[in-house]
Amino acid sequence: MAEKQETGIGGLQAFLADRGYYVLGVFLFLAVWQAASTLKLFGNDFSEAFSPVAAFLALIEMAKNGDIVHHAIPSLRRVLVSLVLAIVFALPVGVLVGYFKSLEKLTYVPFQFMRMISPLAWMPIAIIMFGVGDVSVTFLLWLVAIWPLILNTVHGAGRVSPLWLNMARTMGAGDKGILSKIIIPAAIPDMLTGLRLAVGVSWIILVPAEMLGVPDGLGYFILDTRDRFRYDQLMATIFIIGLIGYLLDSANRWLISRFAWKI
Amino acid sequence: MESNDRGQKTLLELRDVSKVFKKDGRDFPVLKGINLSIREGEFVSILGPTGCGKSVTLQIVAGLIDQTTGSVVLDGKEEHGPGPHKGMVFQEYALLPWRSVVENVEIGLELKGLGKKERRKIAREQLATVGLEGTENQEVHEISVGMRQRVAIARALANHPKILLMDEPFEALDALTKEEMQIQILNVWEKTGTTILFVTHDVDEAIFLSDRICVMDINPGRVKKMLVDQLPRPRHECMSRTDKEFNDMRDEIIALYSSLKDEELDLII
Repeated sequence: MAEKQETGIGGLQAFLADRGYYVLGVFLFLAVWQAASTLKLFGNDFSEAFSPVAAFLALIEMAKNGDIVHHAIPSLRRVLVSLVLAIVFALPVGVLVGYFKSLEKLTYVPFQFMRMISPLAWMPIAIIMFGVGDVSVTFLLWLVAIWPLILNTVHGAGRVSPLWLNMARTMGAGDKGILSKIIIPAAIPDMLTGLRLAVGVSWIILVPAEMLGVPDGLGYFILDTRDRFRYDQLMATIFIIGLIGYLLDSANRWLISRFAWKI
Repeated sequence: MESNDRGQKTLLELRDVSKVFKKDGRDFPVLKGINLSIREGEFVSILGPTGCGKSVTLQIVAGLIDQTTGSVVLDGKEEHGPGPHKGMVFQEYALLPWRSVVENVEIGLELKGLGKKERRKIAREQLATVGLEGTENQEVHEISVGMRQRVAIARALANHPKILLMDEPFEALDALTKEEMQIQILNVWEKTGTTILFVTHDVDEAIFLSDRICVMDINPGRVKKMLVDQLPRPRHECMSRTDKEFNDMRDEIIALYSSLKDEELDLII
């Protein structure tokens, strides 16, 4: 019995030694949030509504009345659809550009130029092309997601060791074999890094993109809570945006640890 | 005379092969008039200092570099380009880090379009040939450098090549592992009966392994002398280095190079 208890305590100690700072970080974050609210950093009028306690209560309310699901699902759908379309477009482009040095030089200036433009700058053009709604939002998200995917894939496909290519040739590989057995697998870690960056930047751009006239989504709901003076719900929505973003990034980190080869 | 008794048929022939590299509009002759003929089942080493073009010669045979003039004939057919019938073992192993040991051995069979079951069977056999049973599912970064080179040998053998081309394969290994690998490659050679063309700048290594040694000269690279290595087989680690025949042969090779300038001599003596 006594031994078992000891291992239990040892387990907790080991857990805290390993994760203690992470747990502490969460509590410090909540403490700063609460302090900002108590010290009325957001102004005198609605400081109470900005507190973590108020946000937590609003969160429960929104979970019960379905607001969270109603707005999180369309947001996730838009991000996922645009990501899939971005992957389908960006990975082949990245592999080709990375493999053929002349293509890389040809596209270098246009790509580096384009990637620095916020997709929101294209918003009027997107609305002219696709009208107000889902398609425009998806297009803008696609436009922001392709650059990290393309540029990382280019990097990955470009740094394939010439030794591997020579080896594959002596094994009888033609262009198709070299592409499928060497270049694509060699570029997978960089593709996954590109995906992680693309997910991060898509999720960030999602909120302003959803303020452009769609009837649902977390970005829309931010404006909605403002219009209804429900600042507790606003904070709860901000919290949810952060939480989903964190979970998406964690999923990407898992993908990287699972599928990125190590030397 | 010949210590090799596996066959008298000529397998590989280099006919007047030369190579000129162009740099900044100037010609740099790397190889000049290489003639070399290797019989089936023979173990031939190409020995020479850095810069003599021995690796270039091997890569021309492998089809990775085109010769400027001359021809390479394998099994009666003129060779153009690389292929799985010429198994190449690189100094840097060239293993694919995203594949397990057995998957690395399978790559040639995969490219050939063999089914998974058959691939796995052949790959396991070849891993056994190089003494690596039980390592199939290990990752490349988990195994020692000596084992990595054995995986690379198994990978080349899996294609059942007509000839095994080895480009300073044991150069990156420590002295002890190197000796172990020399024994290992002789075992593989005995077991499989494959023909081996082996590039090295290590005199002892060439003497220990070969039936014949093609001693190369520098500037431009050319064949200086073809030596027959009459050390009895099978060979063991303890016979080398101290053996009289071994020492005589080493002296003969060193004497061939005594006309070279000191700075051109980076042979390991």
